[in-house]
Amino acid sequence: MAELLQFAFSGLTVGAIYALVALGFTLIYNASDIINFAQGEFVMLGGMTTVFMAMAGIPLPLAALIAIAVTTGVGLALHRFAIEPARGASPVALIMITIGASVFLRGVAQIVFDKRFHSLPPLFGADPIQFGGAAILPQSLVVLAGAAVIVILLWLFVERTLLGKAVIATAANRLAARLIGVDTRRIVDFSFAVSAAIGAIAGILITPIALTSYDVGTLLALKGFAAAMLGGIGSPLGAVVGGLLIGMIEALCAGYLSSSYKDAAAFLIILVVLVAMPQGLFGLVKVERV
Amino acid sequence: MRAVQHFTATAVICLCAVLGAALPASAQIKIGSVLSVTGPASFLGDPEKKTLEIYVDEINAKGGVNGQKLQLIVYDDAGNPNNARTFATRLVEEDKIDAMVGGSTTGATLAMIPVFEDAKIPFISLAGAIQIIEPVRKWVFKTPHTDKMACEKIFADLKQRNLTTIAMISGTDAFGKSMRDQCVAAAPKAGIKIATEESYGPRDSDMTPQLTKIHNTAGVQAVVNPGFGQGPAIVTRNYRQLGITLPLYESHGVASKEYIKLAGPAAEGVRLPAAALLIADKLPSSDPQKPIVVNYTHTYQQKTGQAVSTFGGHAYDGLMILVQAMQRAKSADKAKVRDEIEKSKSYIGTGGIVNMSPTDHLGLDLSAFHMLEIKGGDWTLVPGT
Repeated sequence: MAELLQFAFSGLTVGAIYALVALGFTLIYNASDIINFAQGEFVMLGGMTTVFMAMAGIPLPLAALIAIAVTTGVGLALHRFAIEPARGASPVALIMITIGASVFLRGVAQIVFDKRFHSLPPLFGADPIQFGGAAILPQSLVVLAGAAVIVILLWLFVERTLLGKAVIATAANRLAARLIGVDTRRIVDFSFAVSAAIGAIAGILITPIALTSYDVGTLLALKGFAAAMLGGIGSPLGAVVGGLLIGMIEALCAGYLSSSYKDAAAFLIILVVLVAMPQGLFGLVKVERV
Repeated sequence: MRAVQHFTATAVICLCAVLGAALPASAQIKIGSVLSVTGPASFLGDPEKKTLEIYVDEINAKGGVNGQKLQLIVYDDAGNPNNARTFATRLVEEDKIDAMVGGSTTGATLAMIPVFEDAKIPFISLAGAIQIIEPVRKWVFKTPHTDKMACEKIFADLKQRNLTTIAMISGTDAFGKSMRDQCVAAAPKAGIKIATEESYGPRDSDMTPQLTKIHNTAGVQAVVNPGFGQGPAIVTRNYRQLGITLPLYESHGVASKEYIKLAGPAAEGVRLPAAALLIADKLPSSDPQKPIVVNYTHTYQQKTGQAVSTFGGHAYDGLMILVQAMQRAKSADKAKVRDEIEKSKSYIGTGGIVNMSPTDHLGLDLSAFHMLEIKGGDWTLVPGT
């Protein structure tokens, strides 16, 4: 029982990060039908920028804020300079552009930062908390709390603010949203910016536990995408549930089977979902009226 | 008329002779290197690259080898053995190197061996596994201590502390797997029982499930972690996170300050077998290695601003053994250099005192290893080892 609890804790921690990445995927997909494979790079930028700002002598909280601002800027730039000019292209071309952007960002990170692994000091110390026979890191709780806060804030924003409603309108039907006066270009800008910010926060929170380096983005993006697919692409609740589920499956796989197959678990899930249940757990089957 | 013709002919011949003699002197000796400068093995490859560059420059400043300058060609395999293989082929076919000092990881080295064996180019590897030199291959040598020696040194220390039942958690990379196999083979003879085993991928970021299983196995008195690079740092962090207080042993694959930096306070009390280089200043002055390791430490720290690691030391040894062999052979001819490398005797390096032979392409014995313990974020020597 204590063993299961231990696996659950590590699964939920890493699952929270996948959930935040998947949420980023969902936001951008909802606003513009694009799958943004540079999402993982936002997480990397958040962590690495904070580390390097801190190394330059800037106090940690300020470094974190600067990192979030920088990553948001990168997200906006990605939309304005890479996606927007090609907005008439097919979705596949746009996806390829985001993959190209992710490779570009990784390359720039190698030069601007460096190629080594880095860590950040945890927020509340490194002594584990004993709970039910399992040891949980305070930072894990911070990650889970952070993810929960972000999800709640997003939900509140979408339900309670006009801009949030405009985002929903754009996601439901772009043409209709434009007809009623919503500036869909601004909405997509906004979705990229918010996704980047969420990614950056995820990166900053997880670095004390999982370390960061210039290429952590690749695997994170793939697993976040798997989580978004599992939960149903386009459904924010699905993204969160999918992320946590994939984290748990990975941890249980590593614990009870073998850690060598842990990465394969996420990819196996993508295969199964795409074959058996393409709309995912919470996705709605799209009906087109002719 | 005939005198003038005679004189012109002589002058032309003399000019050709002078030009002809000058040309070979400007040709350079090409030393190739494929190192894991980036990726999960970056704290192996990065100091290796820096060391090779520093010392090739130093040797060239002193006039080169046999009157020829050295040219160093380095490629980065990013810790991926497939890339290493591609670069090895490039070094042989395009860059046409005379010798190779490189292969930071066991995986990369094993991938590159067939390329250099076929091309008959001497290859001094900087990786750990014993398979690199056992069975002995004509053109392949290595400078780091083997994983088998690491296991034997660790087991000797365990017996000293009366710990006989251990658990192993190893990386699934070539070195981790190889050292795990060597430890399993050496355990019965050393009187050590392996109660349980776990493994992790070299790029994993969380080993708590595996360590939890070890923690819950009854009778385990110590844990040994074969692996290198980032993996053991995370294992060490997770180890303390889970509150495991049993002694933890690492391999010489973590012999770098980067490991201590990444693992943080969790590294306190961790023991590992390592070369004298890490405790250069603490060696007794009677130790024959002391002048070499102190000199290397100061040069490296001064030129790079970073602390030394045994990996840079292995690159230093590889380069020096190669250069000394070339000097003894008085040429860069691959076969002659190879023969001279094999005849290296009493070479005092950062890893130990090297005595190679046709059956031993490493040349180190167990006395080249010391058992170190990490205290206060620094290496200390466990007395009597």
